[in-house]
Amino acid sequence: MTVRTNGVEGAAESRALVLRKLSKEYVRGKPVLRDVSIAFAGSGLTAIIGPSGTGKSTLIRCVNRLVEPSAGEILFLGQDLARLRGRALRGARRRIGMVFQEYNLVERLTALENVLCGRLGYVSPLRAWLRRFPQEDIDAAFDLLEAVGLADRAGQRADALSGGQRQRIGIARALMQRPDLLLADEPTSSLDPKTSVEIMELIVDLAGQRGIPVIVNIHNVELARRFAQRVIGMTGGSVVFDGPPDALRDEHLKQIYGGEAWL
Amino acid sequence: MTAEAALPGSAMRREWQRFTPRQRLMRYAVYLVAVAAVVESVRSVEIIPEFLEDAPAQIVDLFARMWPVDWSYYPKTVHAALIETLHIATLGTILALAMAVPVGLMAATNITPWPALRLFAKFILVSSRSVNSLVWALLFVAVFGPGGLAGTLAIAFRSIGFVGKLLAEALEEAQKGPVEALTATGAPWLTIILKAYWPQVQPSFWSIALFRWDINIRESAVLGLVGAGGIGMALDDALNLLYWDQVALTLLTIFTVVIAAEVLVTFIRSRII
Repeated sequence: MTVRTNGVEGAAESRALVLRKLSKEYVRGKPVLRDVSIAFAGSGLTAIIGPSGTGKSTLIRCVNRLVEPSAGEILFLGQDLARLRGRALRGARRRIGMVFQEYNLVERLTALENVLCGRLGYVSPLRAWLRRFPQEDIDAAFDLLEAVGLADRAGQRADALSGGQRQRIGIARALMQRPDLLLADEPTSSLDPKTSVEIMELIVDLAGQRGIPVIVNIHNVELARRFAQRVIGMTGGSVVFDGPPDALRDEHLKQIYGGEAWL
Repeated sequence: MTAEAALPGSAMRREWQRFTPRQRLMRYAVYLVAVAAVVESVRSVEIIPEFLEDAPAQIVDLFARMWPVDWSYYPKTVHAALIETLHIATLGTILALAMAVPVGLMAATNITPWPALRLFAKFILVSSRSVNSLVWALLFVAVFGPGGLAGTLAIAFRSIGFVGKLLAEALEEAQKGPVEALTATGAPWLTIILKAYWPQVQPSFWSIALFRWDINIRESAVLGLVGAGGIGMALDDALNLLYWDQVALTLLTIFTVVIAAEVLVTFIRSRII
């Protein structure tokens, strides 16, 4: 098991993600993503902002192929993820953790088991069925539960937890993969403002400690400004802003979201 | 025209009818066909008036012959037959569950992406359901000879369609969030079925299984009429020998067991699911 405890600098370089001319059409002739090319650094948090239905979610889902891109390259860890199939694709997915807007926990399993689900790419179906996870995975799951502040909820079923607690479990599950990249699709959109900040802090802290680069879709501009090192603004399936949060001005937001009455 | 009608005081009568003349004609035609069909059915059934007049006396006579119930028949024959019936129903249900799971998976749109395979699964489900369990029993008696084995297989094959269809529907209703999350962890297909789908359909699955077991108790009680084992055999023997007191006992036993199964299933369902 290769655990990157040291050499975060060196690892950071290899954890870079490059999208080249990425396109996606769900319906022929109606592209949701238009030739998007972005190079993500191997560390830090990048926020993608933009109005609903602009392809943010599609973009992030193309990276781990929950959505099949129509054209383009996704270069990560020396591979083009867009070309992978079967076992190789699953192998690449194991290196990429994902946090969802609706948490996507298995409701009838306990908090601890949901965290252990992060290892399902590594254990055989039989062992998963018999709940026989390696001891080091169980230790790691308890450690992560503690890290997200839910050590006392290990045995509770996911459907008995609050929204914020569920998202913490979602983060722990993603980190349980020991990923080289963390994707978060609107992780705070279903949460109240205070919990949203706590969840973003948790993501920044835990991913930062582990030197994992994070890409977050977020439509809350304030949260993006506060937590991101880099902001990418999208509209109509194309990138229209790319820069540090300080450089994001009202005219950019006007261009990204349209109109100005809301500013 | 509307302006005219709206004028106050103008005594213009506005006519309204629910159906156009053409529609009314069609409706009368449908009534006529329905009446003709009933008349024709009664004629083809050939009801003999004498037998109809006789029926109340026959019913009284039947009950008179059934009473007193021959309780001694129970330990002699009915008990063993009853136990066999329970075994047929239970084994048949377990066998059906095992066979229905793969078919149900094949029939679910969100699990099987190939239309040809889904069509094949639907074909299995429909053929299983379209054949009555008595007909299945006749087929298996012809293959395996009379007895419990034929009955068990008849119950199993009749149940595949029921369990498979309901399981496929439960799978199709499963939320795709957890499935997406486990796909993102790189979990293989089988793990996704076991850890994302199974926990979601588990309550429905056990509910379907209990419901089918309940139905199978009732169905297996009559399989003996075609020689496929169980309490139906005892009923058949008594009927053939015109031992109406024994018939009464057998019917009472079946009634009691069906009620007991119903109560048991309701209890388990409320406790577990």
